[in-house]
Amino acid sequence: MSSLSIRLPGLNLKNPVMPASGCFGFGREFSQLYDLSLLGAIMVKATTPEPRFGNPTPRVAETPGGMLNAIGLQNPGLEKVYHEELPWLEQFDVPIIANIAGSTEDDYVKVAEQLSKAPNVHALELNISCPNVKTGGIAFGTDPEMARTLTKKVKEVSDVPVYVKLSPNVSDIVKIAKAVEDGGADGLTMINTLLGMRIDLMTGQPILANKTGGLSGPSVKPVAIRMIYEVSQYVSIPIIGMGGIQSAEDVIEFFLAGASAAAVGTQNFVDPFVCPKIIDELPELVTRLGADHISELTGRSWKKHERLAYYRP
Amino acid sequence: MITQEVCTVVSNRQIADSIYAMVLSGNITDAMDQPGQFVHVKVADGLDPLLRRPISIASINKEDRSFMIVYRKQGKGTSLLAEKQSGMTVDVLGPLGNGFPAAEVKPGQTAILIGGGVGVPPMYELAKQLARNGVKVISVIGFQSEGAVFFEQELARFGAVYVTTADGTYGRKGFVTDILGDLGTTADFVFACGPTPMLRAIENGQYGAKTYLSLEERMGCGIGACFACVCHTKEDPKGFSYKKVCSDGPVFQAGEVVI
Ligand SMILES: Cc1cc2nc3c(=O)[nH]c(=O)nc-3n(C[C@H](O)[C@H](O)[C@H](O)COP(=O)(O)OP(=O)(O)OC[C@H]3O[C@@H](n4cnc5c(N)ncnc54)[C@H](O)[C@@H]3O)c2cc1C
Ligand SMILES: Cc1cc2nc3c(=O)[nH]c(=O)nc-3n(C[C@H](O)[C@H](O)[C@H](O)COP(=O)(O)O)c2cc1C
Ligand code: FES
Repeated sequence: MSSLSIRLPGLNLKNPVMPASGCFGFGREFSQLYDLSLLGAIMVKATTPEPRFGNPTPRVAETPGGMLNAIGLQNPGLEKVYHEELPWLEQFDVPIIANIAGSTEDDYVKVAEQLSKAPNVHALELNISCPNVKTGGIAFGTDPEMARTLTKKVKEVSDVPVYVKLSPNVSDIVKIAKAVEDGGADGLTMINTLLGMRIDLMTGQPILANKTGGLSGPSVKPVAIRMIYEVSQYVSIPIIGMGGIQSAEDVIEFFLAGASAAAVGTQNFVDPFVCPKIIDELPELVTRLGADHISELTGRSWKKHERLAYYRP
Repeated sequence: MITQEVCTVVSNRQIADSIYAMVLSGNITDAMDQPGQFVHVKVADGLDPLLRRPISIASINKEDRSFMIVYRKQGKGTSLLAEKQSGMTVDVLGPLGNGFPAAEVKPGQTAILIGGGVGVPPMYELAKQLARNGVKVISVIGFQSEGAVFFEQELARFGAVYVTTADGTYGRKGFVTDILGDLGTTADFVFACGPTPMLRAIENGQYGAKTYLSLEERMGCGIGACFACVCHTKEDPKGFSYKKVCSDGPVFQAGEVVI
């Protein structure tokens, strides 16, 4: 057995590495570069009930070691994703995690119900953490009660396990995590982007047309690691970790913090071959760390110790 | 086919005020055909700048497997690029996007090539390919001032060249559109690359039977996956239909997208 194959609710993965939602479209572009069947899974772009154009441009701005984006959930809408994008992905031997977004509870429920019926969708990722849309999104991700109720409603209609994607833009991440666990979530994915802004010295105005955007890339990694370290000790559902991953070493760091799988976002833009590269390099690294299997590393940073004594939810 | 390759810098020299021409060699050249396509360049190994920079392919040399990019030293990324010396390496992803449809122009037809500032570079390879096919090439290139002028002689090898400068220090004072109004010829094809106001003026001016424009937008991936670079289509200017500048463009026929 490979030292990388893992089992998570709904997901039986060759390896724990997958592209993060919004950074890989629906796979078509990257399929010109390498065989998508190499990937552990694919988290596809957020889908809403109706097509969305998203925000005006500029939609991206660079920051040292990172980038801000304010795409605004542009997507072709539920019907097109269900009837065109997902069937196209069936040619690859790779499970799909469908990212679900919306403005209202009904939006989420509608998309979840239909996408969970697609044969290659093995799990849903409930995006309650997009900072770039005016309604919905992050509102659900910052209010524990709303997050719990939404998770419960989506669980009721979904044919596949539901992972909830957490926002780092909260003061108490554990509280939200426990709320969605309580709502029946099968797993967590974290983190989404951190709300940020950049201002152009020439114009004196924010660079992004949307003014604010979500920060991603290597500069957010310590935030993601800290949050996964905390959350993984207080929930019993698995975490797919993301935020600034660039290398196999980074993936290991996420495992040590408490993740059970890892997703790569922004780095796909910097090095489009990053996912297969990491998958190649991981086995040796796992061996070097004295493990037979990567899953042994999950939470190693805290498992030897008592629970965090200072933490008061 | 899109490939990623660590290319070797053959030369990197300043050719005008803040303008540099870099020749890179690598097998990636084999896949380069269309003028107007671009490469996505990683200018530094570390974390800053993180993202790649889109730069047009200015010239392709299949024999020695090299290509040229011409860029303005502007911000962090292009300043680092300007420091590269021959023998050093640059990580290149490409060729990307859809370029100018040079093959659509028939021998004997007339094409006007319009470049503004760092929109001039892709016109060089385009002029080369068109002239090779027996197309009559007229180049109209505009710059800020005399010191910024480049590629006048290079383009003159393929046909007449008209130069404008905004401050009148070289060539005709004004903008490329001032020349176009006076040329009197209606071209079969107009190809343009440059600042957005220039492209709008060219679209409105209808200087040729068919007009193709190369657009710029801030990019993330450069390959069509991240939705950073979208624009609306003309037929549905407020709706959901869109084109991605990186993978559907950067060259669009006039009237196809909202600029
Ligand atoms: C298809 C295409 C072809 C291009 N071809 C050329 C060329 O041949 N020669 C040339 O000099 N320039 C070209 N540009 C513009 C070039 O990409 C920018 O000048 C360059 O990215 C600036 O980087 P910087 O780090 O120096 O500037 P900074 O301002 O520090 O860059 C910050 C961020 O903004 C982005 N950015 C800044 N200006 C632009 C711009 N005008 N277009 C797109 N992104 C921008 C950068 O990529 C970076 O992500 C082209 C742009 C596009 C989209
Ligand atoms: C351009 C871009 C688009 C994104 N779109 C989505 C999205 O549609 N849904 C979502 O849940 N997350 C989206 N994200 C967030 C990423 O999936 C990921 O959580 C975040 O970028 C952190 O990972 P990274 O630092 O590896 O990029 C997007 C990120 C970027 C950079
Ligand atoms: S830059 Fe990513 S879609 Fe164009």
